[in-house]
Amino acid sequence: MPPLLEVRGLRCHFPVGGDFLGRAPQSVKAVDGVDVSIFKGEALGLVGESGCGKTTMGRNVVRLDEPTEGEILFEGTNIANLREHELRRFRREIQIIFQNPMSSLNPRMTVGNMLMEPLRLHRIGDRAACQRRVQELLDLVGLKSEHRDRYPHEFSGGQRQRIGIARALALNPKLVVCDEPVSALDVSIQSQIINLLMDLQDELGLSYLFISHDLSIVEHMCDRVAVMYLGRIVEIAPTEDLYRRRLHPYTNALLSAVPVPDPTIESEEIILEGGVPSPIDPPPGCHFSTRCPFVTEACSAQTPELVERHPGHWVRCIRIDEIT
Amino acid sequence: MPTSPAPTDGHPVSSPHAPAGAFAEEIGRSVLTVKGLTTELRVEGGPIQAVKDVSFDLRAGETLGIVGESGCGKSMTALSIMGLLPRPIGKIVTGSIMLEDVGDLAQLPEARMKAVRGDDVSMIFQEPMTSLNPVFTVGFQICEAIQTHRPVGRTAARAKAVEMLDLVGIPLPELRFDSYPHQLSGGMRQRVMIAMALACEPKIMLADEPTTALDVTIQAQILNLMNRLKRETGTSILLITHDLGVIAKMAQRVLVMYAGVVVEEAPVRSLFGQPLHPYTVGLLKSMPSANRRSGPRQRLHTIQGVVPSLNALPRGCRYSDRCPDVHDRCRQAEPPLAAPDDAGDTATARKVRCWLHCKT
Ligand SMILES: Nc1ncnc2c1ncn2[C@@H]1O[C@H](COP(=O)(O)OP(=O)(O)OP(=O)(O)O)[C@@H](O)[C@H]1O
Ligand SMILES: Nc1ncnc2c1ncn2[C@@H]1O[C@H](COP(=O)(O)OP(=O)(O)OP(=O)(O)O)[C@@H](O)[C@H]1O
Ligand code: SF4
Ligand SMILES: [Mg+2]
Ligand SMILES: [Mg+2]
Repeated sequence: MPPLLEVRGLRCHFPVGGDFLGRAPQSVKAVDGVDVSIFKGEALGLVGESGCGKTTMGRNVVRLDEPTEGEILFEGTNIANLREHELRRFRREIQIIFQNPMSSLNPRMTVGNMLMEPLRLHRIGDRAACQRRVQELLDLVGLKSEHRDRYPHEFSGGQRQRIGIARALALNPKLVVCDEPVSALDVSIQSQIINLLMDLQDELGLSYLFISHDLSIVEHMCDRVAVMYLGRIVEIAPTEDLYRRRLHPYTNALLSAVPVPDPTIESEEIILEGGVPSPIDPPPGCHFSTRCPFVTEACSAQTPELVERHPGHWVRCIRIDEIT
Repeated sequence: MPTSPAPTDGHPVSSPHAPAGAFAEEIGRSVLTVKGLTTELRVEGGPIQAVKDVSFDLRAGETLGIVGESGCGKSMTALSIMGLLPRPIGKIVTGSIMLEDVGDLAQLPEARMKAVRGDDVSMIFQEPMTSLNPVFTVGFQICEAIQTHRPVGRTAARAKAVEMLDLVGIPLPELRFDSYPHQLSGGMRQRVMIAMALACEPKIMLADEPTTALDVTIQAQILNLMNRLKRETGTSILLITHDLGVIAKMAQRVLVMYAGVVVEEAPVRSLFGQPLHPYTVGLLKSMPSANRRSGPRQRLHTIQGVVPSLNALPRGCRYSDRCPDVHDRCRQAEPPLAAPDDAGDTATARKVRCWLHCKT
């Protein structure tokens, strides 16, 4: 079966700087050559450090930003460079849920109108049909009919995220990009929203690109996980495989650094020295070479390719055979 | 656990859990004793009690964790101790905060409190950028902190500042002395904050979500640093976080707060091994990692409802509208924070605010 979404050689560079002294503008290489697929009904987790390009990649996929280079094939059509009127059809199929529900909801609109808006924009049915759909959406995400006439500020954080989810689902999308959907929520509310997202996926056959820095949530939710470092995927594998036998030195450091909520476990962290390098001027060759405990000269001489080490388990490191 | 061998030159660092157990057993002397602290905020719609009848002691050389959800009063507890409540709306209404060799901080005039801050007690905040001054170099700011409290000259202050930068693991400290905050990464800024907080060797460091804004790899660096410095300097740490993983790694004892009150106090192993308060039980069960045994993609345990707002608390127990074990008594009166009557040997080291564990 062909994938629902296939991203090939995706790059997204943002120009920065360039000033009156005549210094040349530089570019932030936020996404720097990403290949990844998502299959129907699948949740693909995307993890990695702050600034590594997760949100940018998500925004490219829903075409809030236009990529600099590469292809985004949605059901076989390349949407990477479509213009707005050509995108219309795809806007219904690919939706996004943001981290901070409050900032993505219009404070002057009632929940009912907010859910109605996309239906009207895409001319879905008459007024009565729209009303029915709004009710359906409220039920779907566990809100009550009386919530329809309230404004966002009258809701708790968890309820606002439910509104955000309902809005994303209004047009029956096939793929939903979830950008840190529970990071702003308290633990006791997080689990409610995670359950909701998993239920919706089963009921509606949704696919997710699930961006998160919480590795235990990703482990729980996702079928496969991609680990990103400075604009590139360094490892991608089925979830269980990745967490059991992580291969890339960065994945290893990342997973070892997660504090385990169990005081009887002696954790053995791999402490990475040095800070994250700048995406304006990433290290040559392997982007991780400045912090990698296994670095050799060869690492900065060439950009490693993603290679399949085990079935479905890909890793980007030239020394992988020697170090694992 | 990794299947690949731990790298030889990647500094595998084991967490300091060996001393954790020892600390929990030993009843160290208390350096800070908070009793019946109630802090009010005068907000629109009348005053709210952001902190209500909070009592605990912080012992020499220990890390005491405070954990709880957003708005439960963790920061207000710390700010009450520091005398830095939001002005003019915040005020300590009752209670005492006894600091060893100093006295009751709740009664101290601001002038004396100024001397205590940064000297006996110092604080690091979640977002270091808000507490570092962007127009001065980090070196200048550390020197200033030192010279405010110690009668030393410029050269001595500078030497101490460089030593502190080195101690917190900033490479090329001589050079970094002259950096401005914006020239440093988030993790480096947090190190500078720690360097500044520890420059005068305080008895107590209050750390309010010190790593929440950082990536896990940088968080691991900072947490290990805090543990190392605690061992080397003997500073006691009050560590505020909402991350139960951080608590498990760092704390010897834990306070769990809910809606302004302490609902449970316990040694860290007892808390995770045998939580008593229904809220603690629910929190621990809701974590994805706690659901690992039931397999991936199983529904997670949830706590129903939401945290009540402080001006609309339920009658009786503050958790009663969400508690799966609620019974009549819970809705009539608020339970006291007391030693549990059903926890066997561990009871003496623990306290819980729940009628289930307090039959009298
Ligand atoms: N519009 C923009 N203009 C210039 N630079 C940008 C823009 N958007 C993002 N960047 C930069 O691109 C890089 C990747 O950012 P992105 O938001 O995708 O990271 P992220 O992985 O989502 O991080 P986080 O975990 O903090 O959300 C960062 O260095 C960021 O500063
Ligand atoms: N400046 C302020 N003005 C009015 N109310 C405030 C102010 N600061 C805090 N509060 C209220 O006081 C209560 C306790 O807040 P506090 O900051 O101590 O919570 P917290 O436990 O630190 O939460 P978080 O995890 O979000 O930092 C909350 O209900 C909050 O809304
Ligand atoms: S006192 Fe009652 S309502 Fe409160 S936590 Fe205990 S059992 Fe639950
Ligand atoms: Mg992001
Ligand atoms: Mg706080």
